[in-house]
Amino acid sequence: MSATFLGMPPFPTAARTALANEQLRSNLRHATGTIRAKRAVVVAEVDDWEDLRTAGAAVKDAALRHLDEHLVVLEQALTARGATVHWARDAAEACAVVADVARAHGVDEVVKVKSMATQEIGLNEFLADRGIAAWETDLAELIVQLGGDLPSHILVPAIHRNRAEIRDIFRQRMGAAGRPAPVDLTDDPGDLAGAARLHLREKFLRARVAVSGANFAVADTGTLVVVESEGNGRMCLTLPEVLVTVVGIEKVVPTWSDLDVFFQLLPRSSTGERMNPYTSTWSGVTQGDGPQEVHVVLLDNGRTRALADPVGRQALRCIRCSACLNVCPVYERVGGHAYGSVYPGPIGAILNPLLRGVGSDPQTDSLPYASSLCGACLEVCPVKIDIPSVLVDLRRQVVDAHRRQRVPTPEATVMRAAAWAFGDARRLSLGERLAGLGAPASRWLGPLVPRWSSSRDMPTVPRESFRRWWRRERAEGGRS
Amino acid sequence: MSARDDILAAVRAAVATAPEPPAVPRAYRGHPSPEGLVDLFLERVADYRATVMRCAPGDLLATVERALGRRRSVIVPRGLPIELPYATTDSGHTATELDRFDAVVTTAAVGIAQTGTLVLDHGPGQGRRALSLVPDRHVCLVRAGQVVSGVPEAIARLDPGRPQTWISGPSATSDIELSRVEGVHGPRTLIVVLVDGA
Ligand code: SF4
Repeated sequence: MSATFLGMPPFPTAARTALANEQLRSNLRHATGTIRAKRAVVVAEVDDWEDLRTAGAAVKDAALRHLDEHLVVLEQALTARGATVHWARDAAEACAVVADVARAHGVDEVVKVKSMATQEIGLNEFLADRGIAAWETDLAELIVQLGGDLPSHILVPAIHRNRAEIRDIFRQRMGAAGRPAPVDLTDDPGDLAGAARLHLREKFLRARVAVSGANFAVADTGTLVVVESEGNGRMCLTLPEVLVTVVGIEKVVPTWSDLDVFFQLLPRSSTGERMNPYTSTWSGVTQGDGPQEVHVVLLDNGRTRALADPVGRQALRCIRCSACLNVCPVYERVGGHAYGSVYPGPIGAILNPLLRGVGSDPQTDSLPYASSLCGACLEVCPVKIDIPSVLVDLRRQVVDAHRRQRVPTPEATVMRAAAWAFGDARRLSLGERLAGLGAPASRWLGPLVPRWSSSRDMPTVPRESFRRWWRRERAEGGRS
Repeated sequence: MSARDDILAAVRAAVATAPEPPAVPRAYRGHPSPEGLVDLFLERVADYRATVMRCAPGDLLATVERALGRRRSVIVPRGLPIELPYATTDSGHTATELDRFDAVVTTAAVGIAQTGTLVLDHGPGQGRRALSLVPDRHVCLVRAGQVVSGVPEAIARLDPGRPQTWISGPSATSDIELSRVEGVHGPRTLIVVLVDGA
């Protein structure tokens, strides 16, 4: 029922398709604009926001620097509290653990709370192939799953669907998956949410096995954390007898008290709220409360590869808030699907090559170029990931990898030049001046990259460059 | 080698030459508590479109009865500080049985003023996690003395060994064209009763 990102075309091709979809672009514009505004308001009310960002980055860096020790402590704490810890080198190993647990309990379905890690490893497809249905329970994920679709945004995965489309999907597809939608279902968001509540409650009350991810894993106490809005997370974490949580190893924070940074940074950066409606924390098994069999899968799947990259390892600080997506001018125009991965937007443009390795496939290698290096992502990132610097470094790595090919691809040549120009602020300003602002963009990109420019409608370069505008805005006290 | 050994070895190799990061600056901690904590708490709770009620300790029972309205299908945990004659005390009901109750009344462990958050650590008076999740109306009692200023103060007070539920308003979604809808899977109505002078 669900689609997969495997074998997606490289970014420029996928972006061309997305750019042609007017509905998608208008939904995205509305969504990213709304979230940006909400975020700005709640961030402005925190006096020590910069202190929090600095602390957030430092906690993650400290955790990553001694990740081996923290993982061992986490394993001990979890085991002492009755959880079973599994280690998975890659997607297949992680999926196999979940399938084995489901099989041991003789179930043919599991309920799931939205998790990027389980999506990254293709868990739903893996289970489906083995006759186990994995029901997504976030409203947006439900819409995506019933629509046989792919999520397009970390936070609002169904942002590419409008209310009328959602009503049609519910009417046509809910019946085959369980309790059907009411026949007179309207496209009012309240009605649609009500239909989802009834459809999913049937599944929550029946399910014996649940699968989740975790936003944080606290090493010293063995505490896992799920941050959410709808309550489907609480349902999955509380009602079934068995819970399997798939956790990327980079989710570790050393101590319980470190959460006091992230519980402030994440909700404000993410949904633009002072606090998200629900956060659940649990440490192993609690007698008489919640699942009495608890499994934790510690997942590598490329994270140690990313950790070995001296420039790129900071990407593992990411707390998946999606603030960088919402400020990204490229993302706003092409949407998440064009990135061909569960991790879209600026963070996806660095995380995917870091996890998979540069030179592994053309799709991955095209991602570091899916950016104008405007720097807005760094400005909003709650853990101060310097995405532009990582992008530039990855471009260098892509060019190096391709240099070994006998005939350099046109992109490699151009991108080497671009990496050189974009790699230094002074060169870039010079380039902007040389290109002549106010001229068609093709004058300075078009002739070099015909295949790229043919997918653009060649906007006129604004009289003022983004970088110059940014400097001026900030000088005038403007805020993103 | 086992997956565990492989992953740990890969981590060690990856960070072997990485620089030691500086100590974590904790400047964000230890701000003095602002005046009017309880008022701020209630204002922020109300911002999430939760209902807020406030009473003296002696009026607690009457206030809870008002919060419940005419609902008599009410479940409560052991250790609730008030006695509701018509309420059922939780004795390990199944989720399906919990689904038949209209309302649940619990206490909380901590209230956070700056974010308008209630934290339940599911001790006596709060009940196991399913109890405050399945019924559609949650009436939650908070004593004024339980309200702290911000997230750091709350984290410092709470025991990570206990399961916790942090609640900021009723469940909500903005997944459909970003219009906010209150009430998806958790209780659709949240009523916070603040008990003064306690
Ligand atoms: S990179 Fe930063 S801004 Fe982007 S999702 Fe991760 S934490 Fe958020």
